[in-house]
Amino acid sequence: MIDDAPLPEVDADNAPFWEGTAKEELRMQVCANCGRRRFPPRPMCPWCRSLDSRWERMSGRGRVWSFVVPHRPLLPAFEPLAPYNVVVVSLEEDDNLRLVGNVVAGPDAEINSVPTDQIEIGLPVQVVFQHAGDDITLPRWTPRSDS
Amino acid sequence: MSIKDRTAIVGIGQTTFAKTLPHSELWMACTAIKGALDDAGIDPAEVDGLSSYAMEPNIEVEVARNLGLGDVSWFSQVGYGGGAGCAVVGNAAMAVATGQCRVAVAWRARKRGDAANRPWAQVGERVEGPAQWSRPWGLLRPVDEIAMLARRYMYEYGMTREQLANAALAFRKHANQNPAALMYDKPLTREQYLSARWISEPLCLFDNCLESDGAVALVIVAAQRARDLDGPVVLIHGFSQGLNAQHQTMTNYFRDDPLEGPAWACSQLLWRHADFGAEDVDVAQLYDAFSPLIPLSLEGYGFCKRGEGGDYMEDGGIEWPGGRLPVNTSGGGMSEAYVHGINLISEGARQIRGTSTCQVEGAETSLVTSGEGVPTSALLLRKG
Repeated sequence: MIDDAPLPEVDADNAPFWEGTAKEELRMQVCANCGRRRFPPRPMCPWCRSLDSRWERMSGRGRVWSFVVPHRPLLPAFEPLAPYNVVVVSLEEDDNLRLVGNVVAGPDAEINSVPTDQIEIGLPVQVVFQHAGDDITLPRWTPRSDS
Repeated sequence: MSIKDRTAIVGIGQTTFAKTLPHSELWMACTAIKGALDDAGIDPAEVDGLSSYAMEPNIEVEVARNLGLGDVSWFSQVGYGGGAGCAVVGNAAMAVATGQCRVAVAWRARKRGDAANRPWAQVGERVEGPAQWSRPWGLLRPVDEIAMLARRYMYEYGMTREQLANAALAFRKHANQNPAALMYDKPLTREQYLSARWISEPLCLFDNCLESDGAVALVIVAAQRARDLDGPVVLIHGFSQGLNAQHQTMTNYFRDDPLEGPAWACSQLLWRHADFGAEDVDVAQLYDAFSPLIPLSLEGYGFCKRGEGGDYMEDGGIEWPGGRLPVNTSGGGMSEAYVHGINLISEGARQIRGTSTCQVEGAETSLVTSGEGVPTSALLLRKG
């Protein structure tokens, strides 16, 4: 088993997403022809079949759509952190744009830094960014008080 | 043209199911296939079709060399893990019905009792494909991926853990009747369920399938030939695969309605070709890698409406005897053995033969489904 947390492989389709997070921007792929946003990124727009796309910066605001609390056994990198939370967040710009992440107390906090009983579906969250590897900055989420 | 009632399952074979078997997967596959052919009364030299899962470790050439098969004219594998099962048999039925082969064998042999054999433990340092959008945040195992959908389902429809427990308890009760089941002599109480350790909240230990070793094989021939053999004829009445719009395997969180999974797509063709509907199904084997797949499947295949799956399982609704739809009558993946769902197909066939250890009296129709949450498949079996 690997010792560190697995990281995404950067490729032609997802590179703009990771270039964005490195600059602390949450970007979504947008069809250059019909204007619909899509995630996860892919070469062709499933609605108008255009191969042209651009990337737009999002507000970074969203709400928890669902969450789980994993317990052991887990990969070695996650064992000492369990139980921690993993969430799916719906973006403010479009409820159907969703990302997997974690709710954390702040940009540098661990994924078990917010007590799991404080996480609920509908919780308003704001994106934060954590440096996770030489080329990867992961978006995570921190609770926001304004709804 | 459809394949309705044109082929039949005429042989069932399996190894012992156990937490750990000492044998290789090849040994297990050969044993199950030879058993199924003996059950059918067909010589291995007659087999000319081979059908299995893309994840099956034993390739066709090894199976053919060991069993002494002759010339094989058709072989095929189906992807997407536990979604493949019914399609492995369904594809064999299509091959037989269209003359691509005459005697097809479908099988799965699997060792996963050892923790190192579990796919989630084999992830690399860099992740590609769908998992790149979930694993880096610690959503690691299939149970985590399904728990995410389960939490949302419970939020939207008010299903409780008490209701979810009904799946685990029903399947265990059935396994307690089945000497081949891993959990044959291990009863499970509601109190044990509710106090069990968490695996991925909101799912506990007993919401998960077993980790086990085992192999199952099935023999498929033309219906006409099946009628010449001994015993009741298990006709393959209907078959469909299902991959719904904008589906992403396991982490199906990105389509507009993530709680509408592949079962909804799969059931469309299945019922369109069938001579009967969900209300006429006598017994069902529903893929149960995790308990929330049961309410999702009950809804997807039309036994109840969206959000009613939890209620459907109340008051012994899916229990044998007496339930409105007895489900997983051998104990299923959660209490018999987890063999990627192929043991659900053998149990579906046994119900039509009348030889289940939880036999539904006079069962004439049987539904079997494969993994929900991944591109899936389903079979309708009928007494011929």
